Amino acid sequence: MIPLSWYLTLSAALFSIGMFGVLARKNAVAILLGIELMLNAVNINLVSFWRYNNPVLMDGQVFAIIVFAVAAAEVAVGLALVISIYRRRNTVVADEIDLMKW
Amino acid sequence: MTAAQIIFLITAAVILGSAFMVVTTKNLVHAALWLIVTLFGAAVLFATLNAGFIAVVQVVIYIGAIAILFIFAVMLTRRSMTDTGPGLNRGWWLSAAIALLTFGGLVWLVSGWGGFTKAAPAYPSGFDAVAALAHALVSPEAFVLPFEVASVLLLAALVGAVYIAFQRKGEE
Amino acid sequence: MQSDWTFIGLFLIVGALIPAAAIVVSALLSPRKPNPIKDSTYECGIETVGENWVQFKAQYYIFALVFLVFDVETVFLFPWALSLNQLGLFAVVEGIIFIGILVAGLVYAWRKGMLEWV
Repeated sequence: MIPLSWYLTLSAALFSIGMFGVLARKNAVAILLGIELMLNAVNINLVSFWRYNNPVLMDGQVFAIIVFAVAAAEVAVGLALVISIYRRRNTVVADEIDLMKW
Repeated sequence: MTAAQIIFLITAAVILGSAFMVVTTKNLVHAALWLIVTLFGAAVLFATLNAGFIAVVQVVIYIGAIAILFIFAVMLTRRSMTDTGPGLNRGWWLSAAIALLTFGGLVWLVSGWGGFTKAAPAYPSGFDAVAALAHALVSPEAFVLPFEVASVLLLAALVGAVYIAFQRKGEE
Repeated sequence: MQSDWTFIGLFLIVGALIPAAAIVVSALLSPRKPNPIKDSTYECGIETVGENWVQFKAQYYIFALVFLVFDVETVFLFPWALSLNQLGLFAVVEGIIFIGILVAGLVYAWRKGMLEWV
């Protein structure tokens, strides 16, 4: 049987890779891809805690489904913003979208 | 080493490899396709955790809708197939250091916790997880409020995103 | 439970292997003598103009968006619908409120003319 530590280590690694993507990528769409990786790591954590704690309590799965809904909403609004900015300013590079930068 | 462990290790290798490709590939269409591989690996993990419903939801929502939305967005925001310039910031090594530190810190943190290496309890036979999930979602003493708030969140996302992305007539 | 997933996994592996084998075998066996005319998009017919990468309209994105939102709604409603008989009237009312809130968004997008193809 697989110990819980394997799942937790995997999700920590996936979270760190996603974080690297968020911090290091230039393209705004690529940053959102990194956020998706991080949310998936969280979901793996939640579901493995559900399984390894007490499978009769459904809290972990409900949390995972709420994370799905939040990820969908985040992606929908985020990509709509990227498309809108691209139409107005013709760029998707996050460093060049600096109108509000102090 | 049991069959479940071998399946886990193969899936984990696929997930981490494709996730690495997601954050390093220059071509964004390829990055989105690698993301699909990562998401599919996560679905396999959910199946190994006896969470069949979550695995199916992962395929339906993430691969079926979110990845498609990403590919659409990539198509809509580029004039040509060729990429201009490097895909990573100049200070990418700093980001890599932060990510490595996060990984080390997370593993150090959870490895100090007593339940880190515990084995899974036996899955109750005849337990209908989907029915239990329905009860948890709609019963007033459990998660009925998040259930309805999720609907409001999706409404806000739908209206806001459609309004932002809408291309009025005559607008380039 | 786990044996069901084993069958699904085997099915996926076989389903991936057969097309891959077809592609590999045809790539190994087929003769390859390319020339510029053969490689053009339409071997006979008018010449193609411009790149093959064209700008799509944002309209595609809006349709995908509406699909995504109702896809997520399905996930919430699937367990609800599956055990509707055991849940009682209160749960039914909750589900209808849930659907009603999201339909309001669809009606908004529709009334604003965002679902029309421009």
